[in-house]
Amino acid sequence: MIRLVLVGTSHHHAPVELREQVALDRDAAQELAARLAADGREAACLSTCNRTELYVVADDAEQAERDAVAALASLGAEVEPALYRLHDRAAAHHLFRVAAGLDSLVPGEGEILGQVRLAHELGTTGPLLDRAFRQALHAGRKVRAETAIGQSPASVSAAAAALAEQVFGSLEGRSILLLGAGKVSEQAARNLRSRGAEIALVANSKTERERIGEELTRVDVVIASTSAPGLVLEAATVADVLRRRKSRRLLLVDLAVPRDLDPAIRELDGCYLYDIDDLEGIVTETLSLRRREAERAESIVAAEAEKFHEWHAALDVVPVIASLRARAEEIREAELQKAESLLGKLDDSQRRAVEAVTAQIVNKLLHPPTVRMKEAAAAADGVLYAEAVRHLFGLGEDER
Amino acid sequence: MAELLFWPALLLYGEAAVGYFGDVRRPGRAGRAATWGVRLGWLAQTALLAVQAARDDGFPWGTWASSLSLFVWLVVSAYLIWGCRRPYRLLGLVVMPLAVALLVVARAGGGTGVGTASHYSNLFLVVHVGLVLAAFAGFTLAAALSGLYIWQEGRLRSRPATVLRRQMPALATLDSLALRTVAWSVPLLTLGAAVGLVRLVVRNDQVDALVAVTAATWIVWCSYLGLRLLGGWAGRRAAYLALAGFVLVVVVRLALPATHFA
Repeated sequence: MIRLVLVGTSHHHAPVELREQVALDRDAAQELAARLAADGREAACLSTCNRTELYVVADDAEQAERDAVAALASLGAEVEPALYRLHDRAAAHHLFRVAAGLDSLVPGEGEILGQVRLAHELGTTGPLLDRAFRQALHAGRKVRAETAIGQSPASVSAAAAALAEQVFGSLEGRSILLLGAGKVSEQAARNLRSRGAEIALVANSKTERERIGEELTRVDVVIASTSAPGLVLEAATVADVLRRRKSRRLLLVDLAVPRDLDPAIRELDGCYLYDIDDLEGIVTETLSLRRREAERAESIVAAEAEKFHEWHAALDVVPVIASLRARAEEIREAELQKAESLLGKLDDSQRRAVEAVTAQIVNKLLHPPTVRMKEAAAAADGVLYAEAVRHLFGLGEDER
Repeated sequence: MAELLFWPALLLYGEAAVGYFGDVRRPGRAGRAATWGVRLGWLAQTALLAVQAARDDGFPWGTWASSLSLFVWLVVSAYLIWGCRRPYRLLGLVVMPLAVALLVVARAGGGTGVGTASHYSNLFLVVHVGLVLAAFAGFTLAAALSGLYIWQEGRLRSRPATVLRRQMPALATLDSLALRTVAWSVPLLTLGAAVGLVRLVVRNDQVDALVAVTAATWIVWCSYLGLRLLGGWAGRRAAYLALAGFVLVVVVRLALPATHFA
């Protein structure tokens, strides 16, 4: 039987000090997969900041596992105790969960789907691994389409960007004013820029802050995170600016503690002010929603993994089914040959009818055993059934 | 035949209205089922209108009840342009119950059967009734978009932790869609009303209450366009003005038509 083996480690099992030892870039992942796929095996390497996993398909699962462990241990010897090893059904189910983002640090995060796709592309895959990755990607997409697991932002910076989209729609061409340049505000600005917004001004120094009033009439989003002890922007200033903006909306995000933006700005028409507590509240709510949606996602993943398992298990009995059908066809044709003297008197249409009837009889006879063998294969009795069929019908005896 | 088509249309619109309520509680399947309800219901109502048009000798929507049925169809048609998209499903919560209620009223007034043709000339009715109804359908949709804007803006200002839970159109999108819808609807109303006015003068008829309120409606929606395009109005102020304009549409469509159509 062809076996699927998974050896790897992730944020659940290893701290970053260990994970960074086995983290692989594109080329290294491709090279390692090619090396493990020697001798007719299949292999793929999934390496992200949270996990490094090797998927190997081989006839000898134990040897494949030993090779995969050795490959990872050669990158970092201390990582070995933190490695998990999964086979066949469990390995496939794990891959499907990973693709759906259910094994991620933040449930439902979307980046992992692209990383699984990349691992598939860089791997040395064959029929089994190809099918496993394709079906895992399908499961990941299905989970995202049918649940709300990936819909809401899972970080303060992503929440700020999502709020901006909720106000302005597309952020293409929108401009941002950064007051101060803290780490979170930088992340928020990066998030906004990745969606098409542009940074109009980073007001870090006192001189630059004097230009704030002038810039405020032009920008769409203000992100504040200075270390100033008091308010940097008063409500009266914003009220004056809003009069000049003529109904253009303004989103203000205050990430500083103590706050930079006057809370009284909230009372003004045409602008929306969010502080760090508001954003953290959104993120907490999002994460709890994702956890709730994860339950629905698990059932989708389980169903998809089951389909893969049935397909994989059926591979065991496929050669026997093929032999059985070939033997039946051989017998049918031989019997028709024997009856040639009688059949020779028939016209073409009568001949075709006889051919069709005999083929139909063979198909009808073989249909139930074919279906039952596939079912038995999914229930782990496939090998026994295959052996029984081989014995009862004398399949493969000629070769022995 | 018309009877056979009325019930599927009503039931499917009803299913859509219920589905949209379900979608508020748990976004997903209920919303998708509701969208299909709108699509199939619209097809059934389209078939119903086609049967009316084929069976009647003349313009079949010349009575207030049958024009109400046509109005429902126009509103649902306009809604279908955006309603199939997920962020706009909440709009269905307003549009579809309204469609169900108006369709029931139209049936009660005998506007969904055959034999509702008017004695007026076809061309006059097509231009006058058709354009005015299309404009009112546009105003209805613009008002629904404005209502959604006010609701969504209120949420963004009150900053609940769940503000991003539901997929919603952006404020700027709602605002510009409402403007575009009104920008299409005002010329239709202008043309439709002008045709009616010319006929009124030619026949030396009296100006009734419906004509007067329609004129007021036209003034409000023209003001809306003017204030938005020239006065720099946008957002909440414009949305409230759209709702005020819609109140007049409701009065014109529901409170006054009986005398006018008589």
